[in-house]
Amino acid sequence: MVPDQNKSKSMNRIDSKFGELNRKGRKALITFITAGDPDLDTTFELVLEMERKGADVVELGVPFSDPLADGTTIQRASQRALNNKVRLRDILKLVYKLRRKTEIPIVLMSYLNPIYKYGLEEFATTCRKTGVDGVIIPDLVPEEAEEWLTVARLNKLSTIFLAAPTSPLERIKKIASKSTGFLYYVSLTGVTGARDKLNSNIIEALKAIKRITNKPVACGFGISNPQQARKVSRYSDGVIVGSAIIDLIEKSTSRKAILKNVGNFVASLHQKMVGD
Amino acid sequence: MEKVLPDKSGYFGIFGGKFVPETLMSALKELERVYNRAKRDKSFQDELKYYLSEYGGRPTPLYFARNLTKKLGGAKIYLKREDLCHTGAHKINNTLGQALLAKRMGKRRIIAETGAGQHGVATATVSALLGLECEIYMGTEDIKRQSLNVFKMELLGAKVIPVSSGTKTLKDSINETIRDWVANVRTTHYLLGSCVGPHPYPMMVRDFQSVIGKEVKRQILEKEGRLPDYLIACVGGGSNSLGLFHHFYNDAVKFIGVEAAGLGIKSGRHAAPLYVGEIGILHGSKSYVLQDSDGQILPAHSVAPGLDYPGVGPEHSFYKKTGRADYFVVTDKEALQAFHFFSETEGIIPALEPAHALAYLMKIAKDTNKDEIIVLCLSGRGDKDVEIVKG
Repeated sequence: MVPDQNKSKSMNRIDSKFGELNRKGRKALITFITAGDPDLDTTFELVLEMERKGADVVELGVPFSDPLADGTTIQRASQRALNNKVRLRDILKLVYKLRRKTEIPIVLMSYLNPIYKYGLEEFATTCRKTGVDGVIIPDLVPEEAEEWLTVARLNKLSTIFLAAPTSPLERIKKIASKSTGFLYYVSLTGVTGARDKLNSNIIEALKAIKRITNKPVACGFGISNPQQARKVSRYSDGVIVGSAIIDLIEKSTSRKAILKNVGNFVASLHQKMVGD
Repeated sequence: MEKVLPDKSGYFGIFGGKFVPETLMSALKELERVYNRAKRDKSFQDELKYYLSEYGGRPTPLYFARNLTKKLGGAKIYLKREDLCHTGAHKINNTLGQALLAKRMGKRRIIAETGAGQHGVATATVSALLGLECEIYMGTEDIKRQSLNVFKMELLGAKVIPVSSGTKTLKDSINETIRDWVANVRTTHYLLGSCVGPHPYPMMVRDFQSVIGKEVKRQILEKEGRLPDYLIACVGGGSNSLGLFHHFYNDAVKFIGVEAAGLGIKSGRHAAPLYVGEIGILHGSKSYVLQDSDGQILPAHSVAPGLDYPGVGPEHSFYKKTGRADYFVVTDKEALQAFHFFSETEGIIPALEPAHALAYLMKIAKDTNKDEIIVLCLSGRGDKDVEIVKG
């Protein structure tokens, strides 16, 4: 039995972070990497390095054999992690280890099947004990999430649902009401992956969503450079960057290079977002 | 009379549902709405009926297999000749229905996955017929095995997109088709080929395929004056089997589904999620699935490309759990033997998929009584498989 890493916290780390940033008039930089890509030790170091360079929340992807919402970059990252036999339980252990070093909010992003196989309740309990703060399940819409919501609430986990450009506003309202921590707005109609250009409707969409919910709204999918991050952050409460970071991991030839390249990139995102 | 399944949320008992990225939710709701309306719309049903008969070749015969019955020495064996449908398999029943729906929704682009290539050919065919743009995702492993079907799809004006991710077979071509749909959902209809995927697909595909069983019921009553004792069909995703079973759901008729045991269940290289799989979530629905202890989907194997899939339709999972149907397995080797035996005995070359059902029939026929009746769904013809069998 591991000691409960979240017990002492009356407030979830994600809520505290958004509260703190809000008071400072700042927006959250949320960085995504696939856990175990290229190996778990690098992931451990990367989380700490990204925090040092200005990440406010870290999202760890759980590798899955059939990642149908992901583009080629995250598919490959997932495959690299699976080739290393990285399992959900290993990732939970990694978070436990990280919790001795950092209080940065940690969100797991996993397709439903690995969680379902682990057992929803056991997974939620283990998340609380190891220090996971929230979970994103890209193939779980609120209609199907009743059981998950129950066990997640019991364990004070944020349940972060996604809203898409194809979701009618009425529906987004419903999705927001089931979301805790933040609402994840998918910036484009498509799968994950860095894009040169932002979807032209993002800003209008974000403005409309901010009018119907008072929960933090973070925007992700396709955001790949500091300029885009800055632009999107003006109309949201946070920006999620994933594939662009994984592209750097893929291109780097050593752990040292990975830490350096990703660190520099995260720093540039952070600077652009806080700068005037 | 039992309740009609699935329920409003797309559940067959605990199986089914809609486990998809949010981006697809409105398209699924639209599809459900348009489909439910079309179901009750006489003009749609008349149009579908017209194409099924004048273009698709329906009704297909229910053929009394005299030689087979004699050789096997048990029950009377009837074959539902879906191999005589246009394009050589039952797949056309569903593609016609969905393509007509796509037109109703104003979607001019069709995408589809294919394993054996039969569904790809049937999709390319109806797209040509109705003037729709068509792109087919196919695993590179399957492209190698079924090159004739690739050529056919291209002849019909479709674009075949090779899928080289994961296992390079049906499972991964479905992933890739879903990704395309996520990106192009406003203009594109995903013409899914089996009773799998998120609601409403398992219900809709079954309904379009249920013309098989509807005809069987009428035909067997004409020929025998009574219902059959057994219905037998192969199960990959489950569309020909559920199409056969559906109209007999409330009758005292035994359902038998035959899955692919590949190189043998113990070898781990098979496609038998109902036989040995566990409940999981794959491609949008909760059903039995081949997976490891960490919830990763395992690659399937079968000599029949149309059965080479680690998942199965949620309605079959429900039948399995409730005992409404019994499921058995047949190895590659047994299916190949049946392929030869059947070709020689009846002068019909079956596809390797229904050859699995035939192999099971050969095992049990001698234990049945002469006054019993078996109907087997001969879901496709074997021209596409001669290379594999020769190889």
